[in-house]
Amino acid sequence: MSTSNVLYDAPGPKARRLSLVSSVLLAVLLIGGFAWFMWRLGQPRTTVNGTVLSGLWDPARWDIFGESVVWRTLLVDGMVMGTLRAAGLAAILALILGVVLCFARTASSRWVRVPTKIILEFFRGLPVLLMMLFIMLALKTNGYWAAVGALTIYNGAIIGEALRAGLAALPKGQREAGLSLGLTGTATRLLIEFPQAFRQMLPIIVAQLVVLLKDTSLAYVVAYPEILRKADQLKQFYGNRYAFSLFVVVLVAYLIVNFALSALARWLARRTGPKAEAALMTQNTKTMGRAEA
Amino acid sequence: MEAVLSNLDQYWLGFKVTLELLVVGGIGALLLGIVIALLRISPIASLRAVATGYTELLRNTPLTLVFFFMLIVLPSLDIKFPNPKIGAFIALALYTSAFVAEAIRSGINGVPVGQAEAARSVGLTFGQTVRLIIMPQAIRMVIPPLINVFIALTKNTSVAAGFTIVELVAISKSLANANGNAVVPILLGIAVCYLIITIPLGQLAGWMERKAMVQR
Repeated sequence: MSTSNVLYDAPGPKARRLSLVSSVLLAVLLIGGFAWFMWRLGQPRTTVNGTVLSGLWDPARWDIFGESVVWRTLLVDGMVMGTLRAAGLAAILALILGVVLCFARTASSRWVRVPTKIILEFFRGLPVLLMMLFIMLALKTNGYWAAVGALTIYNGAIIGEALRAGLAALPKGQREAGLSLGLTGTATRLLIEFPQAFRQMLPIIVAQLVVLLKDTSLAYVVAYPEILRKADQLKQFYGNRYAFSLFVVVLVAYLIVNFALSALARWLARRTGPKAEAALMTQNTKTMGRAEA
Repeated sequence: MEAVLSNLDQYWLGFKVTLELLVVGGIGALLLGIVIALLRISPIASLRAVATGYTELLRNTPLTLVFFFMLIVLPSLDIKFPNPKIGAFIALALYTSAFVAEAIRSGINGVPVGQAEAARSVGLTFGQTVRLIIMPQAIRMVIPPLINVFIALTKNTSVAAGFTIVELVAISKSLANANGNAVVPILLGIAVCYLIITIPLGQLAGWMERKAMVQR
């Protein structure tokens, strides 16, 4: 149901006035609150032991961003070589693992299907962070492989489940038609069913990759030098007064990358047609509710 | 195994905190999420815009950053919580509320248009349509995805471990350090604690989904 204009009438003069008034009020409230918060942040503060700290918009709190080494540490070392490198490798591996798990989960042999189901349930129920710790402590790897391994297993399990849901949602006739043409069961699955399921689920898979990207920030906890850890190191090096400015820069960097990926997911959903978009809307919360970590 | 059994009290300590984070964060997220979802379907465009902005912002921010803001940035601005746990509750509730709102909205979108049209055509107002016709049908479809959101929340409570809150993952770290020769059983014990919460919830979601499907 599109909620846009079924639930209420086209606004008459009274409703339009009400809408306008409340919009203006809300805008004033929001902008006012935001401005107040910004102003408050800009005020100098006196600490308990009497030293006066400059406001957060004071140039003294932002001057490190004049140095190219700070940007290089944050964006090149942290974002590209840290976050994106781990996320990129984990995304590729998770896709491969997801496809494998999807086939194993729908295999004709029960001896493959049932263990896969148990493994999937097991991995979907665990926090990524615990998996990272497990890989790091039990297998004695460094933070990078712990992060990539945990993200691969977790997101692979979820992509596998999404693909399985995609296979299950296909019309039965697709498989029957494939079999009736004389294709084997495997060939039908590979050539007829899987390509359709994959296209249908592509928006969900991309949305899951956004989750994967966000989850790389968990590697902060296992001391993998991604962007948040780099920001923390910079804070320790330059001093606490840059905590806020570094946070703002990291947040903006994350938002830009994530919004770009989300926009890609929406674009893919539109391109694969309204059916896929509806699937994204509802399935998103069905299969992905578990995913959003 | 021995290392697990001799530390059961530690496990229980962590389990209680995880459960606490789940319950308090979950209730906060549910209340906030319902408000956001209602704003998103309201007739007033500006309310819709605010709610959309809120969900998009929080859905695209890593939870670690929300925690970072609550427990590291705010204290450095002299906004301190009496207990870091309160900051964790707020971070979890804020982050999860965006997903709760999305789940509820997708449930509302799942109600066939004809239902709203019929309600409007017999003269019900916006409030009556939502309250009497849409919501009772939407809630049924919303519960399974909502349970999934709470499963995700259960797993997300682990992020608190990075911010001085002693829940299951933090316990696992300290236990693993103390018992270097029994790391695997200790971590498996922690895994079981999580599965105790997540697997029954998952089964419940699946069961409710099947029930809802039969009725439609």
